[in-house]
Amino acid sequence: MLPVINVNQLSASYRKNKVLDRVGFEVRPGTMTSIVGPNGAGKSTLLKVLLELHPKLSGTVSFFGETYAKAKERIGYVPQRGSVDWDFPTNALDVVLMGLYGRIGWLKWPKKLHREKALEALDQMGMADYASRQISQLSGGQQQRVFLARALIQDADLYFLDEPLAGVDAATERAIMDTLKLLKSKGRTVLVVHHDLQTVEDYFDHVLLLNRTVVAHGPTADAFTRENIFRTYGGTLRWMEGLSG
Amino acid sequence: MIGLSHNAQWVLLSTLILGTAAGIMGCLAYWKRQSLMSDALSHAALPGVVGGFALMGFKNLPVMIAGAAVSALIGALLIHWIRSSSRVKEDAAMGIILSVFFGLGIMMLTFVNRMAGASQSGLDSFIFGQAASMVRKDVLMMIVLASIVLLVAGIAFKEWKLFLFDPAFAKGLGMSTRWMGAIYMGALVLVIVVGIQAVGVILMAALLIIPAVSARYWTQSFKWMVVLSALFGGGAGMIGTLISTYGKGWPTGPFIVIAAACLFVVSLAFGARKGLVVLAVQQYAQRKKLRRTTFVQQSALERGS
Repeated sequence: MLPVINVNQLSASYRKNKVLDRVGFEVRPGTMTSIVGPNGAGKSTLLKVLLELHPKLSGTVSFFGETYAKAKERIGYVPQRGSVDWDFPTNALDVVLMGLYGRIGWLKWPKKLHREKALEALDQMGMADYASRQISQLSGGQQQRVFLARALIQDADLYFLDEPLAGVDAATERAIMDTLKLLKSKGRTVLVVHHDLQTVEDYFDHVLLLNRTVVAHGPTADAFTRENIFRTYGGTLRWMEGLSG
Repeated sequence: MIGLSHNAQWVLLSTLILGTAAGIMGCLAYWKRQSLMSDALSHAALPGVVGGFALMGFKNLPVMIAGAAVSALIGALLIHWIRSSSRVKEDAAMGIILSVFFGLGIMMLTFVNRMAGASQSGLDSFIFGQAASMVRKDVLMMIVLASIVLLVAGIAFKEWKLFLFDPAFAKGLGMSTRWMGAIYMGALVLVIVVGIQAVGVILMAALLIIPAVSARYWTQSFKWMVVLSALFGGGAGMIGTLISTYGKGWPTGPFIVIAAACLFVVSLAFGARKGLVVLAVQQYAQRKKLRRTTFVQQSALERGS
């Protein structure tokens, strides 16, 4: 089967610092992969380079065997919550509606049908009651759910999520994970930048351990070993001391 | 309007349209976090205005406006270049460009003013604005250019909203953020260069910043913020021009800005969203409610004990 993502010898830098050094991996369809690594390991940068939001220095990336430009419409992206200004004057429904802008067509106005779809996506995230609520008045978790609803409505085959579970409440974490599992069951592919090592085994079937380069990658059971985690994080991880095996 | 000469009516119409266009572009600049950028750009336009005059040897508005656009764009490029290629932050870069270009413009003005015919040219009016000195042809050009801005903002409204709120997502949807950025910058420069004749390079930014900030106090919807900002800008433009026509040779710019500032003060105090009066009333109501509930709780406790 054709891999959903194929990354080869990918390098990127911020100013003089090389943040990604010859990164290479392949992702199979229908998998749920967590990208894990210490701060500054280049996790968010990796997503940004893959989505051509940040330039690469060298290497190749392909999606469904094609370039990003050709596969763009099949890819959904949920950026970090802090990447936008939530004080912007708009409501939850309008933000979700943005996920449909490509399909509505440029320079055209959204129709009733589009609004209904957006409401459906909000409902799926348990947010139907907040549709007309100002986004500045939503809690962090609710904002994250709005972002996810916006991605859902794109109906993409491949989803990238940047720290969707960072600083959210338990209800939101459950809602997001249920949604991701649903996507997976429909054969969609999901990649998540994740920070919580304790939940990697429960939530994801694949893991990509990253520290500027790929330390380990594979099914969680094989790749998420004590040794690999140690190699990724160095000696900085106190949590590991409590780990057996 | 009654009591106004035919020319004054045209001038009034043009500042109304200019204010409307500036209100809209100011709203976009506000959410692009570039309110100060508009100030830098309008100051940076001065060398171009004077250069355009020197080039022709007489006052030729299209050439001077083209000059203003060129030097404002050079200013914008320099700000961008300083920010991206050095450790200097954007606000400092804008401060540098703003003052250097304005200084350069004044220096050129000093020399050009010695040229024959320059002292009568009204070149000085580009600093503080002199709408009354505009003739019908100037007014028509202003209307055309401002209409272009209205059109650009109107037909791509949904796109502007996405571009301003979440440019990374917009890019993922296949929108060219580079093009949107270029169109935005072009429209902003257009409003500025068209406006400096009426408002002046020093105060032009106020017409871009104040209406947008005032509108923010009234609404929670981006659409209405743009509409209100346009109304405030247009209103300020008209009121300021009207007042300045009562005196002989009174500059329009300062009056327009003061009119806009009055609208801002009213918005700050009475704005429906976070206006000071509204906040005070809400707080008073909250406190009163709290006092009542504590009183009820206390008396319940006392009865219980």
